[in-house]
Parts: sequence; structure tokens; C-alpha cells
Amino acid sequence: MADDLFKALADPTRRTILDELTEKSGQTLFEICSRLSMKHQLGISRQAVSQHLAVLEAAGLVETRREGRYKFHDLNTAPLRQIAERWHVPGTSGPEESTP
Amino acid sequence: MRIHLTSVFVDDQAKALRFYTEILGFVKKHDVPVGEKDRWLTVVSPEEPGGTELLLEPAGHPAVKTYRDTLVEDGIPLAQFAVDDVQAEYERLRGLGVRFTQEPVEMGPVTTAVFDDTCGNLIQIATQPQ
Repeated sequence: MADDLFKALADPTRRTILDELTEKSGQTLFEICSRLSMKHQLGISRQAVSQHLAVLEAAGLVETRREGRYKFHDLNTAPLRQIAERWHVPGTSGPEESTP
Repeated sequence: MRIHLTSVFVDDQAKALRFYTEILGFVKKHDVPVGEKDRWLTVVSPEEPGGTELLLEPAGHPAVKTYRDTLVEDGIPLAQFAVDDVQAEYERLRGLGVRFTQEPVEMGPVTTAVFDDTCGNLIQIATQPQ
């Protein structure tokens, strides 16, 4: 699981997908593709975006949800907690009790 | 050469006519019986009565279901209509019970949203920069 997580985060396009899902969770493949091409000027095929989403899903960072005839992609940041816990710096607050 | 007509496949022409006129606000242009139960049924924008017609075409061909189901699953719209203000149109349509698969998003210079036409298709509305 940890390897999948670090592999998923190692790619800038996948991090951009996570940025966009942070702005709004629950997007169709079409919306994700539109955001990448029109907001970020990334020339990337729909098939390639699908593959990136599959990697993110394998890492648990993206979950898909079927609703009637549509399929939506939701963000799940829970796996990121492993990182903060693994390299927790003594004397600092953990990710959960952190204050702004 | 000009684009005079474009089409979307619809599950039910009578239902589609109601949605495209009563909800979206287009007006009927042609309605001619074809064959036993089908109609040559087109609508136009009231802002452009002589403009491009949209044919509400019966979805009877066996290939249509796979084609549309696959596109809808991925959220891909089959037509795009221009509106002055996507956000205002989104609120108006949502108030009428229209289901959106994509709420208004600023995509660089263009703002878009995507809704379900209740006849089997996703439709995109867009506001182009002036």
C-alpha cells in the first residue's frame, strides 16, 4: 500500500488531479479531463487520464462512485496520514490536532 | 457550406419535446410524421428562429444505447449550447429539477456546466468570453 501511495504522488499530473479534486470532490472523467486541458493546458489524452486515475485509485487516494448512469471520482486524503505518522517530528503536533 | 442541422438521439420524442421547449426554452420548428410512429422533430432557439435546428432523433437504432451509455458514464456531453451566464442558467435549471453532472466551473476563459436532458444525453452549456 505504501509503495502504491508514493508512486501515485510521484507524478505531477496526478498531483494536479488531486488539486482539482480538492477544489471539488465528485467529478466525472469528462470534468477532470476538461480541467486538465483548459485550466492547466495539459495536452493529455482521456485514456492517459484514466490510467492516472487508476493509479490514484490503487493508492486509495481516489474512489469511484456510481450514481445512476454516471460515474464520479471522489478524493480520499486518508492514506496521506501514513506519511505524517511515519515521519512524525517530535515536539510538533500531529496532522489531526494541528492548529492554523 | 453552413451547419443547418445537428441532432441528439432521444429515448422518447414527446418527452424530449417537452424538455427542450418547456425546460430549456427552445421552440418547435418542424414536426412531420415519418414512418409509423417517428417524427421529423426539430427545435430552434427563440433568439435565432432561422438558426441551426436541433433534430430530436429517435434512439431506436441498436448501436445508440452502447454509444450513449458509455459516454454518459464518463460524463461526456453530446452537444453544447451557448448561454449568456452559465451560473444563472444553472440556478434556473436546477430550480426546475434538472440534474447536473458538472456544476459551473471556470475552465480558463470559458465557464461550463453539464446536465442530463432526461432523454439519454448529457448537454453542456457554456459562456464564451465576450
